[in-house]
Amino acid sequence: MLTFLVRRLMLAVPVLLGVVFVVMLTVELIPGDAVALMLGEHATPEAVAKLRDYLGLDKPMLVRYVEYVGRVARGDLGRSIQQNRPVLDELADVWPATLELTVAALLIAAVVGVLAGLVSAVWPTSLFDAVARIGSLFGLSMPVFWTGLVLIVVFAFWLSWLPVGGAGTPAHLVLPAVTLALPSVAMVARMTRSSVLDVLREDYVRTARAKGVAERLVVSKHALRNAAIPILTLLGLQAGQLMGGAVLTETVFAWPGLGRLIVKAIFARDYVLVQGAVLVFAVAFVLINLAVDLAYGVLDPRVSRQG
Amino acid sequence: MAISAAAALHAAAAPLVDTGRLSAWGEFRRNRLAVAGLAIVALLLIAALGAPWLAPFDPAKQSLIEKRAKPGGKFLLGADEFGRDILSRVIYGSRVALIVSVLSVAVALSLGLTLGCLAGFLGGWTDVLVMRATEVLLAFPYLLLAIAVVSALGPGVFNTTLAVGIWGAPTVIRVVRGAVLVARETEYVSAARALGATALRVLTRHVLRNVLPTVIVYSTLFMANAILVEAALSFLGLGVQPPTPSWGLMVSTGRDLLLVAPHVATIPGLAILVAVLGFNLLGDGLRDALDPRLRGRI
Repeated sequence: MLTFLVRRLMLAVPVLLGVVFVVMLTVELIPGDAVALMLGEHATPEAVAKLRDYLGLDKPMLVRYVEYVGRVARGDLGRSIQQNRPVLDELADVWPATLELTVAALLIAAVVGVLAGLVSAVWPTSLFDAVARIGSLFGLSMPVFWTGLVLIVVFAFWLSWLPVGGAGTPAHLVLPAVTLALPSVAMVARMTRSSVLDVLREDYVRTARAKGVAERLVVSKHALRNAAIPILTLLGLQAGQLMGGAVLTETVFAWPGLGRLIVKAIFARDYVLVQGAVLVFAVAFVLINLAVDLAYGVLDPRVSRQG
Repeated sequence: MAISAAAALHAAAAPLVDTGRLSAWGEFRRNRLAVAGLAIVALLLIAALGAPWLAPFDPAKQSLIEKRAKPGGKFLLGADEFGRDILSRVIYGSRVALIVSVLSVAVALSLGLTLGCLAGFLGGWTDVLVMRATEVLLAFPYLLLAIAVVSALGPGVFNTTLAVGIWGAPTVIRVVRGAVLVARETEYVSAARALGATALRVLTRHVLRNVLPTVIVYSTLFMANAILVEAALSFLGLGVQPPTPSWGLMVSTGRDLLLVAPHVATIPGLAILVAVLGFNLLGDGLRDALDPRLRGRI
């Protein structure tokens, strides 16, 4: 298990270095003079020269990359050009809100998705299965930002049950979390249904049933445990979907998180802040996938034995 | 001798392929949801191609005295904040959705097929480099890579297409490389090589042909995602710019009128939902028809 852990950690390092490279590359791609674009047309030549020097744009790209990696490793993501504050401080202010939103959405996706998929698989020709399958197709096809607006119209304007936007109380979390979770609920339900159906066709399930094991135990002990790996993989991937979706949900509900910060920073042409925020999202995603990989080792001993 | 043997092999294989196609089409036709998906996609195509004839009004024509007009009457689906006909803008919006999704699929496929074939066929350092680069791109959460690309290159139809295409490429690379690796070890590829076929011929004639069903299914499902990502970028103000009628942009501008005229934002959103649903149903149907192992299971 330890070898497996070390191996997985080692594999994440080049990916993280690559992520830093791509994030750095985004500023390189800016057409024209990036610094002039960041500071606007009325910036003084001194200010432009100072920022150019600060960003190290006169140095060769490889040198800048090595320096950037060094700074990122020390936790220095640069200073926000608009706010004139360290990017890390800016991100520290908003990441708890995004974490709260994505964790809530992931929990909804896991609980509702797995339950719906399980019921569909156990009664595959039932009315519930038909409704769940059609519902999951719609869930996958709905644009998150539109779902959010429809929920606002229904639950905030027409029924006045929940607030339109903002954060602070559990009531504020309901609409954004449900909006963000819906596509993932659909995805998890589909995956759970197909994985459990697969397992229920296996010989060992037939044997368990032949031995007279109660159906409840067959489903919970055999089917769900063995179907857990693909479901877990999907939940790991969904964490990434949710982080991306958070950009849209936070914009719709004025949720004060990382996603909304990125959009604001892009419009303010604060590329240092955009870089920092995208980097934090990507690193979080890599670490979540690493955690999912490690969880495989616990759920299925064959995985860790293979290393 | 080699040529005649190869010709004989192809002649023998031809009827099998045709029968397979027929049964796949039969299977597809029996799937009502898939046929519904095909019908939606066909409607979308008709709307995009025939927009100038189908749209009742000029999508850019403003009528300030009729702004926010409710659905019904002169404007079947109502009017937006500038009094522009929403139905006409939805019809014209299908053009942007289709252009961006078709071109981004083309970008994703050309990058994916080239790099996936190179990695799988050449192996060694090429494979290591391509696959590590793919892993890095896959490390960016959904939408974030596209946002990063568009924030750097600037908004607009072209950059949005490029961003969505780059976002889709890593999955194609993985799928194609996997298929190439499997095909490389099969007997028919060994046979073709033994018969003197060049690497390019083996790749195009035998390997890519086998990958084709998977690529078709992926492309269809990717079209659905491409429409969603384009709409999302335009909603954020990072994609297609006004006054071009884009569904995501229409939802975004209608957002401010949600309380007084909810139809301005919700109707273009419905168009996105229907278009994405169409491609998802079609993709699911194609997958079930082309890959019998997955039939009716997902």
